[in-house]
Amino acid sequence: MTDRPLPTIYPETQFYWDGAAEHKLLLNRCVPCNEPFFPPRPFCPGCGSRDVDVIEASGRGRLYSYVISHIPAPGYPAPFVVAVVELAEGPRLVSNILDCPADPDALPLDMSLEVTFEVRGDITVPQFRPAEVSA
Amino acid sequence: MSRAEIAIVGAAETTRMGKVPELSQTGLHADAALNALSDCGLTPTDIDGIATAGHDVAEIAQYLGITPSWADGTSVGGCSFITHVRHAAAAIQAGLCTTVLITHGESGRSNHRTHRPLFPSMQQQEFENTYGAAFPAMKFTLPVLRKMKDEGLTEEQIAMVAVVQREWAAHHPRATAHDPLTVDNVLSSRMIAYPFRKLMCCLVSDGGGALVLTSADRAKDLPAKPVYLRGMGGESLEGPMISQMESFTSSKAFRMSGKLAFENAGISQADVDHLMIYDAFAHLPIYGLEDLGFVAPGEGGAFIADGHTRPGGTLPLNTNGGGLSYMHSGMYGMYALQESVRQMRGISPAQVPNAKLSMVHGVGGMFSAASTVVLTSASHW
Repeated sequence: MTDRPLPTIYPETQFYWDGAAEHKLLLNRCVPCNEPFFPPRPFCPGCGSRDVDVIEASGRGRLYSYVISHIPAPGYPAPFVVAVVELAEGPRLVSNILDCPADPDALPLDMSLEVTFEVRGDITVPQFRPAEVSA
Repeated sequence: MSRAEIAIVGAAETTRMGKVPELSQTGLHADAALNALSDCGLTPTDIDGIATAGHDVAEIAQYLGITPSWADGTSVGGCSFITHVRHAAAAIQAGLCTTVLITHGESGRSNHRTHRPLFPSMQQQEFENTYGAAFPAMKFTLPVLRKMKDEGLTEEQIAMVAVVQREWAAHHPRATAHDPLTVDNVLSSRMIAYPFRKLMCCLVSDGGGALVLTSADRAKDLPAKPVYLRGMGGESLEGPMISQMESFTSSKAFRMSGKLAFENAGISQADVDHLMIYDAFAHLPIYGLEDLGFVAPGEGGAFIADGHTRPGGTLPLNTNGGGLSYMHSGMYGMYALQESVRQMRGISPAQVPNAKLSMVHGVGGMFSAASTVVLTSASHW
């Protein structure tokens, strides 16, 4: 799967990808707001505070929305799923849905998901799959 | 009584649209610009303000032989030209320039371009494109299943957007697609990105368009029938990452842009005779009707499916056929403006009888940006 696209990683986001390499889903959190947010940045998009730390997310979420692309993309033969996952902690992010057919019948909205990790050469990418035990 | 201060005095599309392999992107800008200047009896030397998007505004100025005292390269996606209209109005009112040319050209089909109309976002590349979300059809459409589940929007209602707009396109000789469509045609067309099928997705075309704006006072001395700006319109941004939209059932940028446009035009939804809502994909007019306040949240799909926006309906919408049937070069906002100008001049092939007030609303990027303007045939109100 190394022909899949690789993210361009920047200084502010290096921790996120380093965490993924250790099979951890890391989020920035605003300390004054006590709110995690995504994508990473060294200040809070809600209040502008630079008082930001890093937390490890539970890795649990739900299928918020998705499409099934019937157009292939680099590294992605069709059909494949592009999904938006809402994490238990609140933030939403894009993922594929692994270990699941690209079929609407297998992809009811709000189904429970859990994080997994996909290795692409030197980079590990957070991914989601149906949760083994429903939340 | 209020009087109009800013007028669109020249408006034109490229001489040909659809497949125009003989012109580069720069050439499409120029062809549209010369047609719009001819429409109002001006030449490039009369222009002291210039705006464009998706292309270096300086190159367009130099290519046309224009040395402007004001330029706007705001490039937030396909609605940029609608944004340029309000920016140009503000610049004319502030005395920064007197006569503004807004150009659009895009070789979307023939691909004779070096400037690609991309809106590169570092975060989009890092956190969304990494998952194969390489094309607009995979991102612009992402919120829709959520809207369907939460609000009961159906595939048939989304299909009806394409069906109704094809009815309008049938009136336009320059529209790319004229043949009538049924819901079954749409729902049996090729799947592109479930739940979106080919006939719910825009065309891919070559073309361009241009507008000339000046003060309403000066417009009286020019040959073409002026179309006036009512209020200064609205604009907003939400950002390029579709996953970070505040809501998947409503666009924050649409709501803010529309609210501003209504407020500063001093009108309500009931005053609007004619409406254009940028439709790169068939769900956008549904979001637009709701977010502009023409219908309640969740009622846009049924409103279109019930026939209110079709020829003879109470709210004529996308009367050129839209990006789904008229043309879509990539940054379609200019063509929505052109149809609104034609309607306010009374010369659209799909003319809405006695239409005096037209709203044009556009999206930029994939729910990233929005802008809205109100045009009118009336110089006083």
